[in-house]
Amino acid sequence: MKIIVLMKQVANKDAILRINKSETWIEEGDLSHEVNESDGYALEEALRLKEKHGGGEVVVCSLGPQRVKSVIKDALARGADRAIHVVSDDTAQLGPYAAAKVLSEAIKDEQADLVLTGLQSDDNGYAQTGVILAELLGLPHATIVIEVDASGEGLRVKRELESGWYQWYAMTRPALLTIQSGISQIRYATLKGIMAAKKKEIKEVAPNAEALSAAAHQRITKVYFPQKTKQTQFLGDGDAKAGAAQLAEKLRTEARIF
Amino acid sequence: MPNGILVFAEHRGGAFNKTSFEAVAAAQQLGASLGQPVSAVVLGTDAALASQVAAYKLDKVVSVEHPKLADYTPDGYADAMERAVRALDPQFVIMPHTYLVRDYAPKLAARFGKDLISDCVRASVSDGAVTFSRRIFQGKIDADVVANGEPPVFATFQSGAYRADQAERGGEAAAVESLPVEVGEVRMQPEEPFQEVKQAVDLTKADTIIAIGRGIKGQEHIALAQQLADLLGGEIAASRPICDAGWLPIDRQIGSSGQTVTPKLYIALGISGAIQHLVGMKNASTIVAVNKDPEAPIFDIADYGIVGDLFEVIPVLTEEIKKLKG
Ligand SMILES: Cc1cc2nc3c(=O)[nH]c(=O)nc-3n(C[C@H](O)[C@H](O)[C@H](O)COP(=O)(O)OP(=O)(O)OC[C@H]3O[C@@H](n4cnc5c(N)ncnc54)[C@H](O)[C@@H]3O)c2cc1C
Repeated sequence: MKIIVLMKQVANKDAILRINKSETWIEEGDLSHEVNESDGYALEEALRLKEKHGGGEVVVCSLGPQRVKSVIKDALARGADRAIHVVSDDTAQLGPYAAAKVLSEAIKDEQADLVLTGLQSDDNGYAQTGVILAELLGLPHATIVIEVDASGEGLRVKRELESGWYQWYAMTRPALLTIQSGISQIRYATLKGIMAAKKKEIKEVAPNAEALSAAAHQRITKVYFPQKTKQTQFLGDGDAKAGAAQLAEKLRTEARIF
Repeated sequence: MPNGILVFAEHRGGAFNKTSFEAVAAAQQLGASLGQPVSAVVLGTDAALASQVAAYKLDKVVSVEHPKLADYTPDGYADAMERAVRALDPQFVIMPHTYLVRDYAPKLAARFGKDLISDCVRASVSDGAVTFSRRIFQGKIDADVVANGEPPVFATFQSGAYRADQAERGGEAAAVESLPVEVGEVRMQPEEPFQEVKQAVDLTKADTIIAIGRGIKGQEHIALAQQLADLLGGEIAASRPICDAGWLPIDRQIGSSGQTVTPKLYIALGISGAIQHLVGMKNASTIVAVNKDPEAPIFDIADYGIVGDLFEVIPVLTEEIKKLKG
């Protein structure tokens, strides 16, 4: 089974975000980055499927500037077999259709049995790139997938619905699945894996120029911190312990919890 | 000339989703500002369902029909909606940002060579131009977005962005129109939806919930929060990453894919406040947030906030409550 996993690099979850001068995006300069959370789970699922079904290949594909190599190398160290890096410096304003188009051009000749992506990115949060990619590749898809059974001819996938409901779908293969966080426990890279990764292929490709330069269907005109809507009583004024003591008092006298 | 606003009303097995009516409210407000008629579209096998939506103040309700639309599938819905949108030629297609819409609507938009302006929290109109606002970076930043190019513009709205009770009802029922469509090959087959085996704890009954997020850092620190919960006679709960990591069972997860709770007191420790978490707890009577990031979105819905390290806050809070309880 050949599985392609799409992985995106995003700003660190704990990063303090600042707005850039033109108020059109965040200040990228001093940010640290990490792999998008659900993409990490997509990779793990691909590795497990390969192990379970006796081999094949896991190919990682990432779109972005040179810094995304750290995501790629980490994926290779965890067990991916090779990688495709679609090199592009400016992808922040790339809409999901354009991103999917660029990715489809980069992977369509691979003829994968499965394409896995995370269910959405932690930065733009469009939650669309995977589904549009499936359409462009002519593949059936399922989103928010929390279990994959590839033992038969086709696939059975368990999808998460709202409020603790689930649903299994039987589908044909090849297919594209967007993976939900928590599908399994993510392995760590071993020292052996890190050494082995050094010999693995990372193919750099240029993004499809037409897809990259096509007019975006949506354009960000301004970014800003959300307006607060609720009057929050902030306690302690930066002193956590003082805040805690005040809170105990408020919970008794104002909220009447005890 | 494309004209009007088409709103997608979602149902599962005949039960309409509340966020569908929130989308109706969004579409009506947009329609009023733009001076454009609003129609709803319902997918199914016959027109029986559409009449449930006809009570709202709408130009008409279009019942898009095909036997393959009995159960939801992304292939079936994308095919049917593509035909409906081409036939009705609207300027805007408005949808709720539900799991179902996330599943098929990007495919629908792609058929028009576009993407969706997804998960919007607001739309405003000035000089006839619409600006959509989306929340990015997991709720930390807002982005104003405008659509480029030819209609239709596809937009989805976040749950809670508009209130379902703001959806205006009409004097008399809107006309229901049947629109039989072709549906091509459907490559996936749904089984019955189900819930996992009975939950061990019912958090919906708890008066006090102490919820931990990724800020708790390690499983070994959960005991700290547990002590506080015990002292207040409350239950421990968590954001998704804590359950994903297996530190707490999934039946203690609060949020869109977990439990929805309305306790008297909800203390969020090291939880950033992503929308998928907020929808599960924002109606608690008193909300306390402890977070070291002053910009964390959780503070937006908190009654009391402490900006600081939870590892300093919890022990003091526990001690002080003990003292006050005597
Ligand atoms: C389809 C879908 C469904 C989802 N369903 C759910 C759901 O049901 N429930 C849910 O919770 N999430 C759900 N999520 C995930 C959600 O989007 C967020 O990723 C998640 O809620 C984040 O959890 P968190 O706040 O614990 O972690 P983070 O966002 O990483 O936040 C951790 C917070 O802890 C703070 N912190 C760190 N250290 C300390 C310290 N020492 N003291 C004080 N504060 C500290 C940080 O400032 C940060 O704000 C879902 C996502 C999707 C896409």
